[in-house]
Amino acid sequence: MTGFIKKIEKINFGLMSPENIRDMSVVTVETPDTYEDDGFPIEKGLMDPRLGVIDPSLVCRTCGFRGGDCQGHFGSIELARPVIHIGFGDVIHKILRSTCNECGRVLLSNDQIEEFSQKIHEAMDNRESLNNILKEVYRIAKIETKNLPEDDEEVDPKHCCPHCGAPQEAIILDKPVTIRQGDYKLTASEVRERLERISDEDAFILGVNPEVARPEWLVLTVLPVPPVTVRPSITLDTGERSEDDLTHKLVDILRINQRLLENMEAGAPQLIVEDLWELLQYHVTTYFDNEASGVPPARHRSGRPLKTLTQRLKGKEGRFRSNLSGKRVNFSARTVISPDPNISINEVGVPEMIAKEVTVPVYVNEWNMDEMIKYIKNGPDVHPGANYVIRNDGRKIRVRNEETKELILEQLEPGFIIERHLKDGDMVLFNRQPSLHRMSMMAHEVRVLPYKTFRLNLCVCPPYNADFDGDEMNMHVFQTDESRAEAKSLMRVQEHILSPRFGGPIIGAIHDHISGAYLLTRDGVEFTEEQALQIIRKSHLKLPTLKSGQWVLKDDPEFGEESYIFKEQGEMWTGKELFSLLLPNDLNLSYSAEISKCPAVFPIEDATVVIKDGILVQGVIDESAYGSFSGKILDKIVKEYGPGRAKEFLDRSTDLAICGIMKTGITTSLNDEEIPEEAQDRINEHLDKKMDEVDKLVEAYEEGYLQALPGRSLEETLEMKIMQVLGEARDMSGSIAENYLTMGKQSDDDPYDHVMAVENHSVVMARTGARASMLNLTQITACVGQQAVRGGRIERGYLNRTLPHFKKGELGAKAKGFVHSSYKSGLDPIEFFFHAMGGREGLVDTAIRTAQSGYMQRRLVNALQDLQVKPSGLVTDNQGNVIQTMFGEDGVDPAKSDFGKPADLNKLIDEIRMEGK
Amino acid sequence: MKIDIQDHMLVPKHEIMTEEEISDEFSDVDYDIKDLPKIKSKDPVAKAIGAEPGNILRITRESQTAGVFVTYRIVED
Repeated sequence: MTGFIKKIEKINFGLMSPENIRDMSVVTVETPDTYEDDGFPIEKGLMDPRLGVIDPSLVCRTCGFRGGDCQGHFGSIELARPVIHIGFGDVIHKILRSTCNECGRVLLSNDQIEEFSQKIHEAMDNRESLNNILKEVYRIAKIETKNLPEDDEEVDPKHCCPHCGAPQEAIILDKPVTIRQGDYKLTASEVRERLERISDEDAFILGVNPEVARPEWLVLTVLPVPPVTVRPSITLDTGERSEDDLTHKLVDILRINQRLLENMEAGAPQLIVEDLWELLQYHVTTYFDNEASGVPPARHRSGRPLKTLTQRLKGKEGRFRSNLSGKRVNFSARTVISPDPNISINEVGVPEMIAKEVTVPVYVNEWNMDEMIKYIKNGPDVHPGANYVIRNDGRKIRVRNEETKELILEQLEPGFIIERHLKDGDMVLFNRQPSLHRMSMMAHEVRVLPYKTFRLNLCVCPPYNADFDGDEMNMHVFQTDESRAEAKSLMRVQEHILSPRFGGPIIGAIHDHISGAYLLTRDGVEFTEEQALQIIRKSHLKLPTLKSGQWVLKDDPEFGEESYIFKEQGEMWTGKELFSLLLPNDLNLSYSAEISKCPAVFPIEDATVVIKDGILVQGVIDESAYGSFSGKILDKIVKEYGPGRAKEFLDRSTDLAICGIMKTGITTSLNDEEIPEEAQDRINEHLDKKMDEVDKLVEAYEEGYLQALPGRSLEETLEMKIMQVLGEARDMSGSIAENYLTMGKQSDDDPYDHVMAVENHSVVMARTGARASMLNLTQITACVGQQAVRGGRIERGYLNRTLPHFKKGELGAKAKGFVHSSYKSGLDPIEFFFHAMGGREGLVDTAIRTAQSGYMQRRLVNALQDLQVKPSGLVTDNQGNVIQTMFGEDGVDPAKSDFGKPADLNKLIDEIRMEGK
Repeated sequence: MKIDIQDHMLVPKHEIMTEEEISDEFSDVDYDIKDLPKIKSKDPVAKAIGAEPGNILRITRESQTAGVFVTYRIVED
């Protein structure tokens, strides 16, 4: 397309006058048809060739360009009778209400007119908003009365026109487009006549600038017909033509317009003409907006509502949000994701198939010439190859076969751009929807791998909220060096280990990564020298040096020997020593491990973690150490040693945790939820006791001696007390079961002499925080507990009872959804039904919550997106308005804070104390 | 009986700043005083302390993050 470069100086919004519309129109459309039977468009029809062409083989009769280059030309329809434009119903009503029904002057005194005119001119000169002034004008000019008085009765002068003295009857707008004065319905012609009477000066006061608009132009007499390029018809496979919704609507308008014209010319009765006029108004209304309130939507033959002008623009699928704010992009890829613990958190595994499709543009220069020649020789089908070459003259050549390769190699010179395949080390953007926070889009380094899925390290699952049950993710390839550099410094995964949401690590260990570390570092885990060295090797850690019969590890000369690890040759190695290899030499830290929440930890020292000079002295590594959202060691490493060191720590600890988990293996089955018969008896006994309590409460209620709690009715009191008893029932049965669900050895005299042989991996996972909770386990073993709908016991179902198995008005535990059974023993049909009710509520709630919070977030983001923080801490919007004089009132960047606080004093004191020792 | 809303626990302390205080406080800031957040002269608190359009109010309130935070508002009509 030939184009001109023009600069937009200003944009002026106004109304189109009928003359404007006729001037720009290239054809007056009269026939309500599109094509003749022979397939040619009808002259003066809706597909008139002068309206523009789509087919590239045809030449436009108006501009002479071919289809594709011709942008189309407007036509027009002469409406037999004027029609009110649906978008201006409000404006017309306001203007009519503010002007005299008789003389058409604005209902203000001459002084007021003068005053407002000055104000408006002033505001326009200062480029200020006129809204408030106009609102005031319309408020003051509203002087109508409710009813016009009978005969010659005097009317209060405040209800009369200040210019001609005529009393003003109320003008009412019946949405969307009917305007009436009292009981008399004004026709569009009458409305237009009244608007015509308004002088330019008066119109100006009412906010209609006579330079760009006249009030009567709010009523349509000529309708513009958009070019065919706006409403292209689709040819189906069968050869049938299918017209656009807009064309359908225009056909309707033309047909009625024609009928109205004929009837008027034939002198048909007023009634018929008015009916047709109303119909024309309806069609023009729905042509503009097919979802206007009070107007039944126009439908397609199939019953589907038509998509007319407003619908094209409005909402999520509309032109603005879908096509202008949102764009489809090239150099992107999408596929299923799967896990790979062997790649770094900074990396993403890209299938070779994708690597050969999306490309990186590289400028050829003297130094990379050889490399580029290799890529061209490889071509598009061999992996590190190239797909396109852009020559110095700007021509883009596709690398196809040996012939083109030779041709390109002959011409190749510095300055060419080679679009080469993606290769290891390239930076790409990786994203999973919904992109709720900045960690949903991070920059990764490419690792080209076989097979067809994107591979990612498990530590980056929490920020993306990804799992591998079929999730897909998107990848975007940067096309400029600037974007690459910016992404690498701001968007790389390691820069996002700390979340700005709570100032702690969001990237961290999950699942087996945690239980693996526990199995490695707990008490009594030992390795032979050979095993230990293999683990070190496998974890890509620095191999130790052998000095006079001693292995020396962590021998960083920057630190003192107290942080080195010395190991006699042939000695056994503990898991804690192996884990210490990951820690910085000067790390000092002490905290309670996740397993300290367990009442019986053996040995008890394992529950408190102490790290001295980078050596894990005591305690086990579990979720509190490096889990996502909570890892203490990880948190300290990022904040004090930087993201690079933290990335290394996570990568190496993944390897080490794999070794730990491979030592024992981890497996779980229903055997893990087995408890001895004696325990089951205790639980049953306990539940029976609680049921008696409930029965007693019910009895007390029925006998009438139950005391109501303050502010509650008797029924509410009973319900609360029963809920409390049933809650206790479940909790107690759970804690009985917990006594039997232990991780393994309980004391030194425990019959299990080999600590790794007999243990309960379900409990290990729950206690270390790897997966599941003790609640899940006790629901499997002991008792599921009360099912709830709407926060209370189950009430719904039949009249006064939940199911026909119960008496009417029964209040017992079982009748209102208490599940005595455990998942393992199985639920009886009644319990199962109640359980399904509770489960259904959960599902419905999540579905509704996501929709609601999504909309809330959209509103919030729209309100806050333009805010900026100045170096001084000042927060302003894009107008310069101050929002906060200090960011967050304390000026703290939450991502760099200590879990939201500027500094953790307890931690600082601990550190000082440790240094003193 | 008229209740002084300034005694209410949820109403932070509002004071009208003197010319001197204003020149002290805003001489070295990188924004225009007119861009400060606004408060209507019809606002109950503004009425209670007799603030007039053009005044600047100093608002001292408790803050979750900073303990005590001082912010300013310009009175408009």
